[in-house]
Amino acid sequence: MTAVKFYQVGSRAVGNRLLDPAHRTRQADPQRRNALNSGHRACQGCGEALAARYVLDTAVDATGGRLVTVNATGCLEVFSTPYPESSWQIPWLHSLFANAASVASGVVAALRATGRPDVRVLAQGGDGGTVDIGFACLSGMFERNDDVLYVCYDNGGYMNTGVQRSGATPPAARTATTEAVGTEPGNPFGVGKDAARIAMAHDIPYVATATVAELHDLEAKVRTAMSIRGARYLHVLVPCPLGWGTGTAETVKLARLAQLSALFPVYEARHGTVSSVLPIREQVPVEEYLRPQKRFAHLFAGDGRPDVIAKLQEIADRNVARYGLLSEEH
Amino acid sequence: MREQLEGSRAVAETIGRCRVQVVPAYPITPQTHIVEAVGAMAKDGTLPGCEFITVESEFAAMSAAIGAAAAGARTYTATASQGLLYMAEALFNASGLGMPIVMTVANRAIGAPINIWNDHSDAMSQRDCGWIQLYAESNQAAADLHVVAFRLAEALNVPAMVCMDGFLLTHAFEPIEVPDAALVDRFLPHRRPQQQLDPDDPVTIGAMVGPEAFAEVRYLAHSQLRRAEEVHAGLAAEWTSLTGRDVAALAPYRLEGADTVVVALGSVTGTLQDVLDERADGTGLLNLRLYRPFPNAAVREALAGARRVIVVERAFAPGAGGVVSADVQCALAGTDVEVSTVVAGLGGRPVTTAALHGMLDAAAAGYLPRFDFLDLDRPLVERELAHLRGGAS
Repeated sequence: MTAVKFYQVGSRAVGNRLLDPAHRTRQADPQRRNALNSGHRACQGCGEALAARYVLDTAVDATGGRLVTVNATGCLEVFSTPYPESSWQIPWLHSLFANAASVASGVVAALRATGRPDVRVLAQGGDGGTVDIGFACLSGMFERNDDVLYVCYDNGGYMNTGVQRSGATPPAARTATTEAVGTEPGNPFGVGKDAARIAMAHDIPYVATATVAELHDLEAKVRTAMSIRGARYLHVLVPCPLGWGTGTAETVKLARLAQLSALFPVYEARHGTVSSVLPIREQVPVEEYLRPQKRFAHLFAGDGRPDVIAKLQEIADRNVARYGLLSEEH
Repeated sequence: MREQLEGSRAVAETIGRCRVQVVPAYPITPQTHIVEAVGAMAKDGTLPGCEFITVESEFAAMSAAIGAAAAGARTYTATASQGLLYMAEALFNASGLGMPIVMTVANRAIGAPINIWNDHSDAMSQRDCGWIQLYAESNQAAADLHVVAFRLAEALNVPAMVCMDGFLLTHAFEPIEVPDAALVDRFLPHRRPQQQLDPDDPVTIGAMVGPEAFAEVRYLAHSQLRRAEEVHAGLAAEWTSLTGRDVAALAPYRLEGADTVVVALGSVTGTLQDVLDERADGTGLLNLRLYRPFPNAAVREALAGARRVIVVERAFAPGAGGVVSADVQCALAGTDVEVSTVVAGLGGRPVTTAALHGMLDAAAAGYLPRFDFLDLDRPLVERELAHLRGGAS
């Protein structure tokens, strides 16, 4: 992680050309692996495709090319492998929706049993495949401390099947199964699960969250994760223009607003204890994050729903307190 | 060397001699003794390098097996009953991806009502999941079939189930010759995967296939599974030449010139042999060891000379009839052979020689229904049916 911080542009995501070559992102290196090659069928502005590129090329680099991947069913699998084409330049296995973590456990065991413990394993899935249908397998992989980095690309819903609610859908968000109708429009409050905190509760060696707005931070976390043996979990917020109702050029901006509003806290944890946070210099009101998204449009129509926005602000403020996001140390 | 061993123990020791490399395990009665023993062997160093993974469900067990097989390891697990159903999605995936996993199914009923005892409802419910299905009639056959199953699965990249009757075989002690380690090594070389997850030769496994090619992919999988019959025949002959023991697809007994032939799978064929010996009345037996792929032509050839075939099944298709008998009827299409289905031994009900004699007596007298349940408490079900009809009106 570079020490350079360009606060005048509101973030540390400065252009690579301003940095020392050693501190530039892996993506700036023409020798990058292009693990997820161009030509795939992701939507324009897809946050997941962006995150996957950064995560995988960094992981390939960190392992000296000794990496295999397991993928849950979902957008990433669908858009990358329309037979007979494949965007994957690395060994890649897709089995089912719910089982990526278990499949990865089996791959790790086989690599050990066949004398290839140097080959590392990265499993990946969307939030539905991770926090909902795949959660038992994920928890099993965690509790066995299997040597897998599991990456969840969280876009807050089942976007591949037409934008339905998942256990990672934020409160008040409209989805096809939580329509913006009735007195409590959108996804109810008080439901859903925080997968990163549950991962921490397994006492695994490394848990981190990240967004596609802070790509140096994302790469650094992948490198850290690959320097550790055992079960590791990386939860990446990846805006979805289709599901969120946002402009295709706004993906990175929205990811940044999610972090700066503190609705999505970005941190690292070692063995169940938070060890570092990505600080917020100046907290942005949640309204700035919510307003550009059509999934929250019902909060701003007519007289608006300041009461609901206030409840979302409370969640953000709780995150600030819980993780010390405004800590002066940073 | 023959030893007095529990069936599960014999299978576990055989699995060890097959040099398995990854064993994801989840407990379910009556399969547990097998994975307990394999786990102990992996832990005490008997199976050097073997990875024994205690997973959180059967779905995870089959999923981990898929990952392990994709990464090139010889992979084994065992299950039964509800566990097999909990794996169902992954079973189809394993065969679709061409993963040569071998699994013991310690056959057990499926609920509700919950029942831990033997029948074939579990494996029969998964007969179309694209796996090879072998059924053992004895613990000796169970042990032998596992060795053959690994070689068969790995030769074709098709997964294989070895089905053995829960409790009746898994928990039964009988004299067994566990296949000799050197002999197993000779018959079953180390796995050499045609394709595996390998950073030096990256492949995409599990791509999405649309309408333009899906039928072709499925047709090729069907053809590959059909080939298993021929490949199994060659391997069975080789195994017999090494051991003197029969593991062929079909095991005929008193079949030549038989007027009535009973078709059955699994341990009930032992009881049937006793019954046929007692009768010596021209009734024959055809034991199906290979059920998937279904050996159509061989079954037709074996049964075409009979006047009457009685399929004794430890499972049935509710609302339809027999399961195995539907395949037998297809094999006999165009012949005059009369096929009856007798559902026997559900949920661990003992299939007694007396009941089988009664069935054959009824057949000889011409009043065996085309579809019947053996040893059913008829007054009880009639009373209950009358009650239900009354309640519904």
